[in-house]
Parts: sequence; structure tokens; C-alpha cells
Amino acid sequence: MAQEMTAAKKKDVIIEVRGLVNGFGSKIIHDNIDLDVYRGEVIGVVGGSGSGKSVLLRSIISLIRPKEGVIKVFGQQTGEVEGAQMRKLEMRWGVLFQAGALFSSQTVAENIKVPLREYTSMSEKLMDEIAAMKLNMVGLPPDTADKYPSELSGGMVKRAALARSLALDPELLFLDEPTAGLDPISANQFDELIKQLQKALGLTVFLVTHDIDTLRAVTDRIAVLVNKNLVIGTIAQLRKSDDPWIKDYFSGVRGRAALADMEEA
Amino acid sequence: MTLIESASAEPEAWFKLDRDNRTLTVGGAWTISESARLDRELNGLDLSGGELAIDGSKISRLDSAGAWLLLRTRRAVEAQGGKVSRFDLPDLYQPLIDNLDQEQAAEKRKPRLPTGFRGRLYKIGRATIHGYRQGVSILGYLGRVTVETGEAIVAPKHNLRVAAIFHQVEETGINALPIVGLLSFLIGVVLAYQGADQLKQFGAEIFTINLLGVGLLREIGGLITAIIVAGRSGSAFTAHIGTMRVNEEIDAMQTMGLNTVDTLVLPRIIGLVISLPLLTFFADIMGLIGGAMMCYVSLDITFPVFLRQLNQAVDVSTLMVGLIKAPVFAFVIALVGCYEGFQVERNAASVGQLTTRSVVEAIFLVIVLDAAFSIMFSVLGI
Repeated sequence: MAQEMTAAKKKDVIIEVRGLVNGFGSKIIHDNIDLDVYRGEVIGVVGGSGSGKSVLLRSIISLIRPKEGVIKVFGQQTGEVEGAQMRKLEMRWGVLFQAGALFSSQTVAENIKVPLREYTSMSEKLMDEIAAMKLNMVGLPPDTADKYPSELSGGMVKRAALARSLALDPELLFLDEPTAGLDPISANQFDELIKQLQKALGLTVFLVTHDIDTLRAVTDRIAVLVNKNLVIGTIAQLRKSDDPWIKDYFSGVRGRAALADMEEA
Repeated sequence: MTLIESASAEPEAWFKLDRDNRTLTVGGAWTISESARLDRELNGLDLSGGELAIDGSKISRLDSAGAWLLLRTRRAVEAQGGKVSRFDLPDLYQPLIDNLDQEQAAEKRKPRLPTGFRGRLYKIGRATIHGYRQGVSILGYLGRVTVETGEAIVAPKHNLRVAAIFHQVEETGINALPIVGLLSFLIGVVLAYQGADQLKQFGAEIFTINLLGVGLLREIGGLITAIIVAGRSGSAFTAHIGTMRVNEEIDAMQTMGLNTVDTLVLPRIIGLVISLPLLTFFADIMGLIGGAMMCYVSLDITFPVFLRQLNQAVDVSTLMVGLIKAPVFAFVIALVGCYEGFQVERNAASVGQLTTRSVVEAIFLVIVLDAAFSIMFSVLGI
């Protein structure tokens, strides 16, 4: 079933990575990576600490210039396009950073309005309405709008940051460890929220995470970073892998607990 | 500027209100790139008059901004007492509308600040209360630091941190030598030049040296040094301690039982109290050198003549009057710098705000104290 779906979507590749090499100094982190992300799917990227998950995300959104390789997003090569062309590309994706990265000197509503003000000619009233609508969408109460990020709890900061990353109605959403630092209940709710929004908005989601529960709950496919390279597949496929790290990851105590009900099914 | 409006190549969004059939037909790509225009046009629409059907079956693309506009239109009809009899959308977009339509709590948000005259009154009141609290709090802080400084001097514990104090002397004193030296040299030059210009009219050029000596040693040397140090070291104190607060380092120190006044504040205060008088003396000398140079250039007064006249104009007490103020200035600058550092809240803007405030307050207090000293000295007849 998963195979069929992938085959059907194959026409519409949103992110295309070919021969990516990344590294700092003489240390190589990614060695010749290939990756395709299709429209409408949720792809999870996992890997040990320091395996370069965030580096992969950052090079796709061109915060990092890769040493070698080609990265195309929406068919455009990110290293090549510049200026207005790049802005147009950036409008089509949203990024949720690990710690939220809300602007601390602005209220939550002002944070959400930053991209709206920059890129649209909306009236102030419509921006207020859209900000309130986005907050409602991510499940925050209306009075959050006037609060400053320092007045919010960790889970609320993540939700507010998600609302900001969705401000311009992007087609593609990058999430960098969205559930890290949340308690298990908030993490579950956040997984649920991502799934819901992905369905409602038809998003393509690129998800970097450590959390095996999140992987199981929301992802269609998983890309594992091992030995500077990617192993891609569904959970079921990856559990049969021979690689020691992948084996450990999915059959360790945490992995087994999270995947227990899959066994029975 | 790049607008998302111009980034879209999709067919335009449109809508048509058929008054006879009571139908609002919408179609095209209802997306964020069209929403500013749609918002304006929809606002001009008269939706009153009972029942209305919304037919969205011709919509080719819908995102959350477009969906919001549709939803808002439906709510506007209902708010005017009408009813939406039909609300058709392509099946693909039904989940989106359902998602957005969940309990939007209707209650109006209260704005943080009242507007107009009441708002201004509110701001004045808030600033007054804030100023009062700030005064009380800094006074309390002064008390605490004074007691602990006294204790540290009377009964020096092993934890009077000598290394930290000398690190501060290096930071605030030795590293400030070039800038303080250069600026006071220039002040000496300016003072001598302006003085000479005026006094020449009376044929009293030689008294330029008196002006220089008394002015620099008593007032300007100390004042200019204190102001430079307030801008340079006072701000550094606030920024450093403030950043430590943002990183929760201060909290960590407290849980380890480290006294923050002992470890952070005292070394800075003692260090600055040592280094500021020395800097002031250095500034006095550099200012006199600058003045002497200017006297030679514009008045042809040679260096030996300059020194002889200076000897008559000032004595040690003039120098001491200037230097005695320096430790007091140093104490105030360090106290304000550290105090504001501890007021920093856990956000990025706070460090910058409080650093600015600490510099302004320190310079303000230095000048006020200088005036107080002047009055005191004139009453005492010094």
C-alpha cells in the first residue's frame, strides 16, 4: 500500500537532493546523499546526536551552503536562485525551529503578523483576524495573542511558533524536533496537531526528530542518517534492516514500547 | 519589495452576488496571495436581507487565508440576522473549513492599553509607580551592597576574590587607558584653545594655564573619565550580569549557595573604586599635556613657562579635590551597572534596554553628584 502511494506521488517531487556533501573543516557529515520528498507526504529524519539531521534541514532551506551537490525545492535549485526569486521560494515553505525562535520583543500576534506585513498588502484588521485564526488553528486560546513569548510555557511557544510558520499558508513545512523538551502528553497532542493540520492544509512535512512516538504517529516514510548516508523506508521496512544503529534504534526499550501495538497488528 | 501577491501565477479568485436568487458564487484560487484584494471587495458587500446560499463548488484552490474569508462572510451573514442555507465546497477542502470552524471563542480581547487621554494618563501613572518602585528597590540594593562591602572589608573572608578584583582593575582601568588618554588630551587642547582666544582680548593669555589647571584638575578630568567609564564599564557590567541571568547562570549560582553580591558585585565595585581614581589622575596629566601643546602652538608659551605658571595656579589640594570624587563616582557607576544587570528578564530585548538605562542613569547620577560636591566644597570654602 505504501509502495503504491509512493509510486503514485512520484510525479510530484517537492524536495530533490542529489549528491549532497556537507562537512565542517575536514570532518565530513553527509557523504553523497540522495533524497526525494513527494507532495503531500510526511517524511521523518532520524539519526544519532551529531549525525547531521539539523544540518540536512538547514542545507535544504539554504541556511547552510553545502560543499557539493544539488538541492532543488519546488524544482528550483536553492543555491542558484537569488534575491526576489529566493524570497518567492521562501514564501512557499515554513520553518519551525527547535526552540521556537519567536521574536521575544513582540507579542505572539505581532510575531504571526511579521511575514504577513512583509509579504502581503493586507489591512491591519485582516491581519489581526488571520493571526487569531492561526492561533485557533494550532489550539491556543485567543488571549495568547497579546502575550509575549516569555510569558508562555514550552508547549505554547512551540504552538505559537507553528502558527507563525503557517502564516503565509506554505505548501511545505520544516519541523526541527517539534516535540523535544515537551512532556509526553503535550508531545502527543502536538503530534495530533501536526497530523490534523497536514491533512487539512494538504501540507508536505519534513520532520526532524528523536521521538519514536512522533515518527510512528505522523510519518509516511522515514530517512535514517547512518554512516554519513541515508537509509529510507517505512517503519516496517526499516525494522528489518541489518544496520546495527537502526536495529538498536527500533528495537531498544523505547523503540519496542512505542511500536508494541504494531507487533500485534 | 517582493509581495506574495506578485508571486502567484494562478487564476484570479472571484465572487458574484446574485441578489435575485440569494446566492453568492465564489470561484478561482482563494489563497493568501488574493486575500488582501478579496478582503477589500468583500467588505464592500451588502449581505443583509435574510437567507443566502454560498456556492463554492467552482473553487480551484483554497488555503487557510481564503477559507477564513469564506468563513468570515458566513459569520457576517449570520451576525446580521440572516441564515446561510447552503455552503458548498469541493470535498477536498471540507476538512480545512471544519478545522477552522472549531470553537472560535467569541469574547472580545481586552486591549492592553486604553486609548486616547485615558491611555496617556495610564502611562503617566504607570511610569510614576515604576519610578517609585525603582527608587525603593535601588535604595534597598544600596543597603545590601554597603553592608556586604563593610563586612568584606572589616572581616575579610577567604572569599574576598582578589583575582576577580584585579581582573576588573585590568578590564575597567588598564584597558581604558588609550581611550581616556586620547579624549582628555583632546579636551585639554580644546580648552586651551578656547581659553586663549577669549583671554587674548584682555592681554591675559598667560591665565589660560590657570584656567586649564583649575578646570581640568578640579572638574573636567574627573567628570570626563567618569562619563567614559560609565559608558564603557557600566554598560559591560549590566550586559554581562544580564546575559548570565538570561542563561540562568545566576539561578545556578544561587542554588549552589554562592552569594551573587559577593561573587559578582563586590569585585566589580572594588575594582572600579581602585581603577577610576588612577584613571582620573592619568586623564588630568594627559589633559595638561594637550593644553601645554596648544599653548606652545597658539600662544608661544614654552613648556618651562607653562610649568612655572601651573605651579602658581594650582597646588596639591586642587588635584585632591578632583580625585576625592572619583571613588564615589566609581561606586555609583558600578552599583547602577550591577543593579540593572540583575533586573534583566529572560528575553533578548531586555539586556539591551537595561544596558541603555544603566548608562543613562549612571551618567545622570555622576553629574548630579558632581554638582552636589561643588556645592559642598563651596560651603566648606575649599
